[in-house]
Amino acid sequence: MTTSAPIGPSRTATLTPPGWPPVALARVKLETKLFFRQRDQLVFSFLYPLAMLLIFGSVFGGEEASPGVSFSQYFVAGIAATGIMLTSFQSLGISIAVERDQGDLARLRTTPMPTVAYFIGKAGMVLVSTALQLALLLILARVAFDVPFPVDAAHWVTFAWIALLGSVSGSILGFLVSSLPRSGKSASSVIAPIALVLQFFSGVFFVYASLPGWMQQVAALFPLKWLTQGMRSVFLPADAAAAEVTGGWEHGRTALVLIAWTVIGLVLASRTFRWRRAQ
Amino acid sequence: MTESALTAARPTTSPAAVAIRIRGLVKTYDGVRVVDGLDLDVMTGECFALLGPNGAGKTTAIEILEGFRVRDSGEASVLGSDPAHGSRAWRARIGVVAQSTGDSLDLSVREILDHFAVYHANPRPTGELIAAVGLESKAKTRINGLSGGQRRRLDVALGVQGQPDLLFLDEPTTGLDPQARRQFWTLVEQLKAAGTTIVLTTHYLDEAAHLADRVGVINGGRIVEIAPPEELGGRLRGTATVSWLTDGHREEITTTTPTAVLRDVLTRHSDGELSELSIYRPTLEDIYLSLIDNTATHTAATHAAATHGTTPTAEDPS
Repeated sequence: MTTSAPIGPSRTATLTPPGWPPVALARVKLETKLFFRQRDQLVFSFLYPLAMLLIFGSVFGGEEASPGVSFSQYFVAGIAATGIMLTSFQSLGISIAVERDQGDLARLRTTPMPTVAYFIGKAGMVLVSTALQLALLLILARVAFDVPFPVDAAHWVTFAWIALLGSVSGSILGFLVSSLPRSGKSASSVIAPIALVLQFFSGVFFVYASLPGWMQQVAALFPLKWLTQGMRSVFLPADAAAAEVTGGWEHGRTALVLIAWTVIGLVLASRTFRWRRAQ
Repeated sequence: MTESALTAARPTTSPAAVAIRIRGLVKTYDGVRVVDGLDLDVMTGECFALLGPNGAGKTTAIEILEGFRVRDSGEASVLGSDPAHGSRAWRARIGVVAQSTGDSLDLSVREILDHFAVYHANPRPTGELIAAVGLESKAKTRINGLSGGQRRRLDVALGVQGQPDLLFLDEPTTGLDPQARRQFWTLVEQLKAAGTTIVLTTHYLDEAAHLADRVGVINGGRIVEIAPPEELGGRLRGTATVSWLTDGHREEITTTTPTAVLRDVLTRHSDGELSELSIYRPTLEDIYLSLIDNTATHTAATHAAATHGTTPTAEDPS
């Protein structure tokens, strides 16, 4: 600390801090930069689904999940959904818990940063990295396993709204679940198992229709099952809908469940979110 | 940087205004009154130090004022607002260097300062801040590659980035080496000269004495005494202890009139040499230690001029 630079206040009047849009934009850029700098997040959230597609596609790719549907196709749908959940729910939940534990959130609270900018920054980062991840997934699926891109504009639209609604609800549930671990160290071991169990229950690795009834019922309470089913409606041929438990894609119900979780998550998260670690 | 440039940086406005006013502040954790009826006024432009041992309630009190914790009862006004309901505009006027803040972000010194600048209406230019805290050679270093002292400097840079009117420094030099402490003091003096109101907590007596216009000694969640550092201890400051050995037994007399006491002692022992004769004035540390020790405070107040058996020697205040 030298004595050569002026550091005292120099303004003559108190200025209003900047509005939230430019701060939110700066937060999105910062969060995205940080996401791609954190190697463990890159591996477990961003690259993990791609690796799973490679492994499962290579082992089971030749078999049929249902008549006219290859396992590869089935996996691509499930893994697209999983990728969305991991980047939003799991990765966000863990990173916020760690930031809280390390005092990064408390530091932000000492600045005039608008609260909404923090949340938009996180959600924006999720959207950017999810878009990138899904793009890589689509390319990998097509190149390695001959799974076609969504066949027409309608399928692309379905793909977009499912991905968007999944990311937003997942992000909000990530904010919510971040308050669950008591420390940053325990964040992974508290949050990751939730995501893992949901993957097995929701028809990501197994054909959902062939799971035991109780598993299906548990899974139907949570977003991942609906996200996965929605993705199947994008990647599987239209007549594969007959193989679903209800014999249809249930887009309306999917939207309803995801929106319901978004609203419930928003209400609960706004009540439970803390800037400081528990005393 | 010349003195005049620093002081000219800000016109003095409403010089006598109260920056912080608290009355009867109470905060309880698990049935323990961590802050127990705190009264305090901090004037605009003043550097005020809250001095006390660990667990005295310094950090809790300051975190209530920063708007981080909600008080159980009492009144608090910080820059004219209730800190429990501080707006963004209010937070913009306050700088905080907390005791432990986040260092987990994978960013360089320059990156984090450039980013945090976005939050402020009128941020100090990043280069200027880095120079002010002496981190020029570390500008491109990631935060997790900084030493403890360097991180503390970054904390300070982030705390003053928004050019706050009021700066809270919670044990800012804990963990700094002596040289870094001195450099930090210079920085605080510059801020003070530029008109920033500063509230500092510390358990270092010399730090409070060096930086603060007034020191509030806090213990058990209460203010024990508030005074300029050179007046701390009141009557205790005027006392001295005359001590000597008689038959291997130490005799001590604490008095405000050591010359008269000494004359009397010498008269009584006119026949020989007094072993280990000394006159001892309490140091600032002695005064502080007796202030935070309730029994000693009581003794000092009621028997300052009388004889008592022990000198207030240095005990660990923890």
